[in-house]
Amino acid sequence: MRVGIPRSLLYYKYLPFWKTFLTRLGLDVETSPMTNKQILSWGVKVAENELCVPVKAFYGHCMALRETSDAIFVPRVVSVEERAYTCPKFLGLPDMIAAVAEQLELPPLLTPKLNQREKPSEFKWQLINFAREQFGLSRLEAVAAIEEARVAQRRYQESLVRGHKPVDLLPASRLNRTRFRPPGEKRKRIGLLGHPYNIYDGYITQNLIARLEEMGAELVVPEMTDHHVLMDAATDVPKQLYWTYEKEIMGAINHWTGNRMIDGVVYVLAFACGPDSLIQVLIEHRAKTYNVPMMSLTIDEHSGEAGLVTRIEAFIDMLMRKKTAA
Amino acid sequence: MRVSTPHLGNLHLTLEDLFRRLGCEYVKPPPTSTKTLQLGAKHSPEFACLPLKINVGNFIEALELGADTLIMAGGHGPCRFGYYGIVEERILRDLGYDFEFLMLEPFGDGKRAFYRTFAAISPGLTVRKLWKILKVSFSKGRAYDRLSKRSLQVRAYEANQGDTNRALKAAEELLLLADSPEEIEAAEVEALGLIEAVQQDPERDVLKVGIVGEFYLLLEPFSNFGIEEVLGNMGVYLERTVWVTDWIAPNRNNYIYGYPKKLVKQKAAPYLDQNVGGEGQETIGGIVLFAERGFDGIIQLLPFGCMPENIATSIIPKVQRDHDIPVLTLAFDEQSGRAGMITRVEAFYDLLRARRGSRAAIA
Ligand code: SF4
Ligand code: SF4
Repeated sequence: MRVGIPRSLLYYKYLPFWKTFLTRLGLDVETSPMTNKQILSWGVKVAENELCVPVKAFYGHCMALRETSDAIFVPRVVSVEERAYTCPKFLGLPDMIAAVAEQLELPPLLTPKLNQREKPSEFKWQLINFAREQFGLSRLEAVAAIEEARVAQRRYQESLVRGHKPVDLLPASRLNRTRFRPPGEKRKRIGLLGHPYNIYDGYITQNLIARLEEMGAELVVPEMTDHHVLMDAATDVPKQLYWTYEKEIMGAINHWTGNRMIDGVVYVLAFACGPDSLIQVLIEHRAKTYNVPMMSLTIDEHSGEAGLVTRIEAFIDMLMRKKTAA
Repeated sequence: MRVSTPHLGNLHLTLEDLFRRLGCEYVKPPPTSTKTLQLGAKHSPEFACLPLKINVGNFIEALELGADTLIMAGGHGPCRFGYYGIVEERILRDLGYDFEFLMLEPFGDGKRAFYRTFAAISPGLTVRKLWKILKVSFSKGRAYDRLSKRSLQVRAYEANQGDTNRALKAAEELLLLADSPEEIEAAEVEALGLIEAVQQDPERDVLKVGIVGEFYLLLEPFSNFGIEEVLGNMGVYLERTVWVTDWIAPNRNNYIYGYPKKLVKQKAAPYLDQNVGGEGQETIGGIVLFAERGFDGIIQLLPFGCMPENIATSIIPKVQRDHDIPVLTLAFDEQSGRAGMITRVEAFYDLLRARRGSRAAIA
């Protein structure tokens, strides 16, 4: 059986785990193509208009898999740590896709529920039950699959911490290739802040990474710092954030500014993103307090290339002048 | 100490009672107005959901009136509400205001923290005394809810437009003066009597519409341009899923709404078998429940970009097909206008009328 993983949303975080795990269950795994015009316009057409662009793209990726896959993998990632959640949209994603499955003639969905909110060890049992119920594996076989998947994921995360970006490691991220870079002394350290699916989807962000690097950015991204360090750095608020991924973002800006790791920050957020709309206030406050110039880039399905280029050019120019002046 | 907290529908009636009993001065923010909203929107992030923007506006206006202690409800997600307070505090401090800020976290989180928040505004408060006060004030809140629930239904049948509103106002005033539990009980009976006394036209052929959606939009008439009154005046009988007292003291039974949580979730399960925060599941479950009771249509109200409701909206087309019930979805933000709402509601009304006509023709 061939199972399709949409190249969208949490793909950028957990592909090594999922791919290894599903392969070990005896499945033939394929991923949808990179986001392209067709995929995005499918998504925009079927998804509810008010949703954020990455979720719209997810619909399109599911459609891109319908010819070749016998099933689509849409896990329900409720929580990835104790006492926290992911974004509500990840909680409802399988139901949202299921509601249009018939109309779009999608193959059956595989929707294991992963919830570590109450107890982190639950995660293992949730996957074991999934493997047993859906594919008739024994407990031992399932445990072996999980272990192997964990190793793959750990390796991925170790490479990230060594400085590789997810797009350097995940297959076929052609759109983000940087063609040339200015010499070292002409570069500025820029923190690129945001959800991985908003930063690394080259089609949606219009090659943001390559553009920034070609203009002289030495990019610093959240994935380069160990998860625990980020989480620790995010604790200086009167009440802990209950969204893990937002907490990583807060941790990143705190860590970067606190350790003087960046000259400026580009914060990429999706139009109408719920969690980001709130932490934006805290992020702006932090950048201001530490005197780090910041630019917020809002992305949606209409983002025009021209506007984006002008804005980042102006921002980088400003940074260049600032350093020379000082 | 001059305490304030944002508006939420008629909650200020209950709060007035509560703060009086706690012995602290309640700085009631001026009634929410377009100015409030503009003020809030100006200082809030663009994509923040509407309730946050109105909250910020209420807080600013309260601070201008001299409030020095602000209270905001908390929570744990997954939707945005539980983190509103932290962000609101940041916004207000960045504007240069000086105040005490208290987050009231749910009782279930820790009785001590819950008690301490009240003790901070009411020196000398004992746990026992707090319970007694909460119990009495809450019973008043329940009475206000029962009155407005009944008036939603009576308004559809009123013989002279405006009678129900007048009766409700008089009824609320009766309760305002009641002090002891016995007085509150007696006042409620009398108040309900005023609403029942509204002259009605029982022959009227009313449409039945269920209102579902996000709690703030459902509870705060300012945010939805008084949609319930508009519908009531058109002769539409209304029920809705969210009520102030069911919301502030969540419990299994949803006393005012009338359907236990478990049943609502059960009805939502075939479409949304997961709590997604806010009222996502309540919206889906509510649609199914109203449809099963033969309602003519459903109106879903939400702030633009509300995550749980956007999830529900994504699923509604399927619920609608399965249960053959029309659903009108209305999203609101600071750019929305009353005229737009009315046009859409009128068109929806015509659609429901036409459907009734054809259903009757078949029967
Ligand atoms: S975190 Fe924001 S961008 Fe990501 S799925 Fe949720 S709303 Fe969309
Ligand atoms: S339910 Fe919706 S509108 Fe209300 S706070 Fe949550 S996200 Fe915002």
